[in-house]
Amino acid sequence: MSRDAASWYESTARARIGDLLDDGAFTEFLPPGERATSPHLALFDLPEAFDDGIVVGRGRLDGRDVFVAAQEGRFMGGAFGEVHGAKLVGLLRAAFEIRPAAVLILFDTGGVRLQEANAGETAIAEIMRAICEARIAGVPVIGVVGGRAGAFGGGGLIAGTCSGLVATEQGRIGVSGPEVIETNHGVEEFDARDRALVWRTTGGKHRALTGGADAFAEDAAAELRSAALGLMDAAAPFDAGTLRAEHDRLAGRLERFGSAQDAPEIWRDLGVTEDVPALDTAEFGAVLDRIGGRHGAR
Amino acid sequence: MSAADILTARREAGAKIASGKMVAAGDATRLLEAVLRPGDRVCIEGDNQKQADCLARALAGCDPDRVNGLHMVQSGVVLPEHLDIFEIGIAERLDYSYSGPQGARIARMMGQGALKVGAVHTYLELFARYFVDLTPQVALVVAVSADRDGNLYTGPNTEDTPTVVEATAFKQGLVIAQVNEVVDRVPRVDIPGDWVDFIVEADRPFHVEPLFTRDPGAVTETQILMAMMALKGIYAEYGVRRLNHGIGFGTAAIELILPTYGERLGLKGKVATHWALNPHPSLIPAIEAGWVEQVHCFGSEVGMEGYLAARPDIFFIGPDGSLRSNRAFCQTAGLYACDMFIGSTLQIDLAGNSSTVTTSRVAGFGGAPNMGSDPHGRRHPSEPWLKGAAEAGGATDPLLRRGRKLVVQLVETFGDKMVPTFVEELDAVRLARETGLDLAPVMIYGDDVTHIVTEEGIANLLLCRDAEEREQAIRGVAGYTEIGRGRDRGMVAKLRERGVIRRPEDLEIDPLDATRSLLAARSMRDLVRMSGGLYDPPARFRNW
Amino acid sequence: MERLSYGHDTDAPLGGDRADAIHGVVASGNLEVLMERVLPAGRCEVEIATPLSGYEEVWAAVVSDFVERVQPGGVRVSINDGGAQPDTVMLRLLQAARLMEGGR
Repeated sequence: MSRDAASWYESTARARIGDLLDDGAFTEFLPPGERATSPHLALFDLPEAFDDGIVVGRGRLDGRDVFVAAQEGRFMGGAFGEVHGAKLVGLLRAAFEIRPAAVLILFDTGGVRLQEANAGETAIAEIMRAICEARIAGVPVIGVVGGRAGAFGGGGLIAGTCSGLVATEQGRIGVSGPEVIETNHGVEEFDARDRALVWRTTGGKHRALTGGADAFAEDAAAELRSAALGLMDAAAPFDAGTLRAEHDRLAGRLERFGSAQDAPEIWRDLGVTEDVPALDTAEFGAVLDRIGGRHGAR
Repeated sequence: MSAADILTARREAGAKIASGKMVAAGDATRLLEAVLRPGDRVCIEGDNQKQADCLARALAGCDPDRVNGLHMVQSGVVLPEHLDIFEIGIAERLDYSYSGPQGARIARMMGQGALKVGAVHTYLELFARYFVDLTPQVALVVAVSADRDGNLYTGPNTEDTPTVVEATAFKQGLVIAQVNEVVDRVPRVDIPGDWVDFIVEADRPFHVEPLFTRDPGAVTETQILMAMMALKGIYAEYGVRRLNHGIGFGTAAIELILPTYGERLGLKGKVATHWALNPHPSLIPAIEAGWVEQVHCFGSEVGMEGYLAARPDIFFIGPDGSLRSNRAFCQTAGLYACDMFIGSTLQIDLAGNSSTVTTSRVAGFGGAPNMGSDPHGRRHPSEPWLKGAAEAGGATDPLLRRGRKLVVQLVETFGDKMVPTFVEELDAVRLARETGLDLAPVMIYGDDVTHIVTEEGIANLLLCRDAEEREQAIRGVAGYTEIGRGRDRGMVAKLRERGVIRRPEDLEIDPLDATRSLLAARSMRDLVRMSGGLYDPPARFRNW
Repeated sequence: MERLSYGHDTDAPLGGDRADAIHGVVASGNLEVLMERVLPAGRCEVEIATPLSGYEEVWAAVVSDFVERVQPGGVRVSINDGGAQPDTVMLRLLQAARLMEGGR
């Protein structure tokens, strides 16, 4: 199988970096041989990973110098621990100093690791701050959401601070995950096992329709590569004007759709009569174009 | 009272609650209390797929002072109510075939003596006994719709209904059907109305379990490796065209590599063309690639209805445009008209006996023992059947030799949580000893098994000439289990030289080539796409 | 966590010239294998961290079969196990060795 067609959803963090970047251009910071592992997991008798579930480094995207972080959604649900978080903070701070053409965050996370929650929560805050600083310095931070674990919890918050997000159909973005909502509000409010409901509420298509993601792409590295390049070029300056525009957009969205009970209501309001989950990428792209769903704020 | 008089009395008692044949769901318990008599032999319909769940709830709601001592004869013990009735004294004896989710509870209740089990049957065996010595006096069946005359439409999940109704209605038994809706005219008559006494319009549509859906996204490289070995080392070598597959991920992997690896081996049209099989969604890529000529089904599969209706060239479709399945006929087809069964199991012993029964779970077998046995009544020849017999050899004149059906066990050497598949003694044997059963609940007997495929290789038991060779052939593919590590290395090497054991490299298969890129569909989404959007998987299998 | 280590002499060094390679993911039923070319050419050492205890004999057998089959001289192998079955362990070892030899 060509690397361009490889399923992003199925890939590992390392394979995603290999498939996304230009050939042979990737230099990993703190590679597995350094054994920068979690200092906490052993206390809970849990297995460690040599990279603590995140691969960070520097490479080239279409010849442009980029920093990349890729979370491994299959190791502890891609969750943020102390080292995992610190690797991303460090990458973003280095980006502030070195000013690459962009930082790409390949999200695949359920949020903060329960076993090292304090360190993980702190890392989330530090990451958001570091993203803002990088953006102020003119380095766009582009998020890619298309892994098994999506971008939930602190990962969902971080995604919200990026210059631009590209999502696939499988990619999900949210703060409280489906199981958390069900636990706190009851199965009548949200049935986490109803996967169709989960996806039409948090999935890439719904996020793209409602401006929660800025671009939508097929589940293939080549498609995500060109979408990410597009967002790099489209990134708005991180200034008061951009923030005000984004606040206005979000306030308007809340006013228009705040009382909706389920995603299809919102789609109909947007003038989308098609069966959204059934559409393929090209058909869905046509819908996005028709409703002017590709927006540039943030 | 004669059987005819009893039937008349049952009908009269029921008529007081019914309007014509129609009974409201809320009156179902009253109906059952009126028509049932202590000690009745009752069949409640339900198997590994559809369930007469409304009637099961109604039965469990009966007053045990009025309804008790029942002898339940049923394909599947699946719903909690199926066992509740034993705990509250409504039922006493049980003869059944399959039990999935209730397997652990059955084991517990058997241990406590709360349940007298006659036998764990195969489907076909139990159906046979419906016509000999376990004929139901009352049958509680399930259909999609009925008209006022009682004509039933079962939809694609016809399954056991014709068998149960035939056995009951023609032997002075009473037939009660639950339906999702009462209509003026049923789309097709699956059961004629004059065989049906009462219709209960259920409070909600009956449950159907999507038991045969395997998400391609969960197929592992190990399963793909085993699928490659099976395809090249068995399907191709014996020219297996007519077959049945089990429901595991291993056989799903085989279905999914037919259009890729199978195509590369040049096997299209030469193997896997005619099937006795439920409509597995994982067969869609092979069907679309033109591999499959015909499939007859035991039941249906949730979400496959639209796709099936669009492929009458492959499936058995009624004049109404929907699938007609039939478990009894399809089991017979699997037994007599298929040259191979390939499926999985939980435990295999050193003689090749296998079972899915463990000391903590009495799951029953469903169809595997029929599919996975060599039918001695078979007479028509076929290439695999004759080749199997030739390999088994013996001094007999070839003209007098029985053919051999290929019965293949496809197992990983370790199951979940590193539980070894290969054991010295089956849990089923221990269970029989401890609970005083006459027979251990063996799923497939060792002398019916012809091949065992594991990730380590293929053991061809047809080529084994004595019990010792057989044991070493099994040990020789048992991997790193204790059984596998206990092999006689010298003897295993000799068996390999003779082709009794074949490793991936003997089949020119590199385990590193066993990647998911070989799967014709790698996700549920792919299956939907390949079906032209006609397959509509249940929500739990979706990620869109 | 159970920590196991094994050392074997090998007849030959592992082919290729890649200094290190990592393969696999620490997930349920899976594992990661890190290979580093840091030992003398006739030596292979394997360190394992596994959450399942009681499988020393199985690990010893898998490692010894791997060494016999591949002759990974000069390589230190480090494994973080997520409860993988032996055949998966062997597969990941073979895949990692192929990466070291220069394959993709």
